Amino acid sequence: LAPWVPVVGLEIHAQISSNSKLFSASQVQFAAPPNSLVSFFDASLPGTLPVLNRRCVEAAVMTGLALNCSINKRSLFDRKHYFYADLPAGYQITQQRVPIAVNGSLSYSLCIDNKMSQMVTRTVRIKQIQLEQDSGKSLHDDTRSQTLVDLNRAGVGLMEVVMEPDMCCGEEAAAAVRELQLILQTLGSSQAVMAEGQLRVDANVSVHHPGEPYGVRTEVKNINSIRFLAKAVDYEIQRQIEELENGRTILNETRAFDSKLGCTVPMRDKEGEQDYRFMPEPNLPPLILYDAESLPANMDHQQVVNIDWIHERLPDLPSVKRAKLVEQYGILPEHSFTLLNEDGLMEFFENTVKQTQMKPRKVIGWILNDLLSYLKKHSLTVKESPVSSLLLGDLLNLLERKDITAAAAKQVLAELWKGEGKSPLEIIKEKKLEVIQDHKELEQICQAVIDGHENEVIMVVLG
Amino acid sequence: VSPEPGSPQVAAALKGGRVTPTELCQRCLALIRSTGFLNAYITVAEETALKQAEESEERYRRGQPLGVLDGIPISVKDNFSTAGIETTCASSMLKGYISPYNATVVQKLLDQGAVLLGKTNLDEFAMGSGSTDGVFGPVRNPWSYSRQYQEKSVSKSHSEDEESNWVITGGSSGGSAAAVSSFTCFAALGSDTGGSTRNPAAHCGVVGLKPTYGLISRHGLIPLVNSMDVPGILTRCVDDAAVMLGSLAGHDPKDSTTIQDNFEPFELPDLTDVSKLSIGIPKEYNAPGLSSEILALWSKAADLFKNAGAKVIEVSLPHTRYSIVCYHVLCTAEVASNMARFDGLEYGHRSDMNESTESMYAATRREGFNDVVRGRILSGNYFLLKQNYENYFIKAQKVRRLIFNDFVKVFRGGVDILLTPTTLSDAVPYMEFIKEDNRTRSAQDDILTQAANMAGLPAINVPTALSERGLPIGLQFIGRSFQEKQLLTVAKWFEKQVKFPMIELEAVKRLDDGVFQHQKSAFS
Repeated sequence: LAPWVPVVGLEIHAQISSNSKLFSASQVQFAAPPNSLVSFFDASLPGTLPVLNRRCVEAAVMTGLALNCSINKRSLFDRKHYFYADLPAGYQITQQRVPIAVNGSLSYSLCIDNKMSQMVTRTVRIKQIQLEQDSGKSLHDDTRSQTLVDLNRAGVGLMEVVMEPDMCCGEEAAAAVRELQLILQTLGSSQAVMAEGQLRVDANVSVHHPGEPYGVRTEVKNINSIRFLAKAVDYEIQRQIEELENGRTILNETRAFDSKLGCTVPMRDKEGEQDYRFMPEPNLPPLILYDAESLPANMDHQQVVNIDWIHERLPDLPSVKRAKLVEQYGILPEHSFTLLNEDGLMEFFENTVKQTQMKPRKVIGWILNDLLSYLKKHSLTVKESPVSSLLLGDLLNLLERKDITAAAAKQVLAELWKGEGKSPLEIIKEKKLEVIQDHKELEQICQAVIDGHENEVIMVVLG
Repeated sequence: VSPEPGSPQVAAALKGGRVTPTELCQRCLALIRSTGFLNAYITVAEETALKQAEESEERYRRGQPLGVLDGIPISVKDNFSTAGIETTCASSMLKGYISPYNATVVQKLLDQGAVLLGKTNLDEFAMGSGSTDGVFGPVRNPWSYSRQYQEKSVSKSHSEDEESNWVITGGSSGGSAAAVSSFTCFAALGSDTGGSTRNPAAHCGVVGLKPTYGLISRHGLIPLVNSMDVPGILTRCVDDAAVMLGSLAGHDPKDSTTIQDNFEPFELPDLTDVSKLSIGIPKEYNAPGLSSEILALWSKAADLFKNAGAKVIEVSLPHTRYSIVCYHVLCTAEVASNMARFDGLEYGHRSDMNESTESMYAATRREGFNDVVRGRILSGNYFLLKQNYENYFIKAQKVRRLIFNDFVKVFRGGVDILLTPTTLSDAVPYMEFIKEDNRTRSAQDDILTQAANMAGLPAINVPTALSERGLPIGLQFIGRSFQEKQLLTVAKWFEKQVKFPMIELEAVKRLDDGVFQHQKSAFS
């Protein structure tokens, strides 16, 4: 059988972290009482007009720069029409003709064959980033044959990030999204928490034989976590391969991922393609951005967005942070990934290093093996750790000074997890875990053991 | 308190205490009642108007009026949002809709103490050129009942009374034009997308100003074509239009299409010397169907300027003849988009059909919109389809650019103002008007006014003379972008030359005690 080449592209919607919505002054807030954050414009009252939120533009520019995009100094807004209960105006304002940023790239890493020791870097091209409105939420109540509409989310700013089909499997898709998430969180342009709907991922999947044109693609939606993303993509790839190998065809359709069953199922009744009747948004003039060169002298800087100004103030991106960690502390690249992957872990590591004379290269083991696995086992975040970096630092100092052995240190740590407020020294004294340097004392202990285990001694002597 | 005949401007009268805001308001309300057969008003906000008048009176008593508009009764076309007062757009879709906010222009008027008498009638959602296609019935032109018209309607016997003979106001701001024309208010707001303020102004013998696009905020004006709509101003003289403009123009942060520049209100100078003026006469505006009467009047007006020393030259706007189809494509496309929000969910009419969301939407929209609106939505959606977009919408935008460039060329060539007819004929009788459908009528009637909307230019109708049938004929001046001061100055000069007669209305005479009869300008 000829090999199959899976092709995966992603459309990611990231909710912009801002106080108010993209085109209106109502607040952005998660889980507020239904329809309590709805302005006249959000409710599509006749006669209301959109007013662009500057912060949302800045967020998109920041994100575009972080993803190596060209920022379009002139971009346009369009209306995308369809009827749905959660779309009060009957159209969404988006950027279809000329989006705010194009032609970028995102580098991400993943481990080959599940070993952290072998990491490879991949790149996915970013086709574009566009600003658009989020829709409201509709809840279908089938028992009462009604739909409940909550417009709190209607009009919240979104950045749609389109990743070209450069990925080949679930793992790559997941790694790419994870990296994007970290970037967005570092920039602060989106909190990107998937569970709160701040980051939504749709996957476009197709398969083909090498050398042949791309196959028909399906769109997979309803993916609620990065883990499910990998599963959904891999399942869909397999499903398509099976269909094709059994002589069937792939429909260009939208499928939903069912996390319980672990499979994708057909979703919307698409009846061929929807024509969105795109039209320029007549109430918004073209969005003009400036840089240091094009900024007119007498322009009120409150009225403009300056790309260079934003560029100068970008924080260190995850890739830069990782490189710095490796250089500064002599840890391995894969270590740096894990440090950044867990919220707060990098800070914890750095604080511990400050506390102790132990070399960072050795500290990292305690962080990644002991601390992290304990937290994972008990489903705790770094912030919730009963052992602080101070405490761990103290403990590691005792180990470094050879006051205790590594084995003893692990025992002390086990006690510290209980969070009873005892210091490492107190625990060591309690459990008599100090290293004994005195030869005479050691001899006594050994003798006592030998005396207490006659049978075993005989067996040992006999060989 | 009864002002003497020949009393001057009403604002001065108010200031001088010769008439109080409450008296003024009550008189207007009484006149509205006695001219109810005109059907110019959809909603009369009697209670709130009297309250506003009382508050104004209090301010005058303290010697602290808010400005020249304080206490002045005005009316507003029913497609502007007014908080607490029903806004229907003359459509079943919005019957009972009470907006929670005021349109910016309404708010500005109220902030200056104007008294809001009510909401005036229009074609449904401002689609039409007759003010005949609204859900509350057609508006009647007050001139139908004027002595001037009636004495010319000799041929009709008395049994065939005014009922079948009345003429239309033109549209779509017919209610506002009729309201101003019949003295029920001193100024009114209309809207203008293809001529909807200038057309009824011409037919009703009042001044109708279409300002430059971007000068006055559209926030709260329920849109027809966002890229062409402007709030329009209807008054009985050009000076009043200048005062209204001064109160309304300026940047609105709520409307991103308003210009940022500061706007300075102006008083109109009394122009005496027109020798430095260059008046352009666009030959394409001698359009098919233009009545010989209006053609002659237009020519006479050109001569008027020439004889006074102005330079009058023939110019060409070659793409004029494409403006109708261009407008049709762009207008219907935006209409299809703007009407998408009317689904019965958040406000307005909602059908009882509740089998599914889709069926509820479809039934609501079928029940809520009239044929004209539905027709334009279907056309617009057709033009916006992916396979048609390039050939229709994009092409129309390109043609629009060409039409705009025509004006740029002419103005760059040294012309200051263009002089054209406003309408093809005087007002036709209703019975005749409805023989053709809305689409045909709009296409015919908009030809002289539309291009100014496409190019975003300011334009004004000035009542010029009475036709042979005793009905008003107006002529139009089109100016350069944001040069309203020049436009209105020239218009005022012209107004002074032509001395258009005052309407002689029985209803007004009965109520008259000098305030209305000899009043020219509302503001001093």
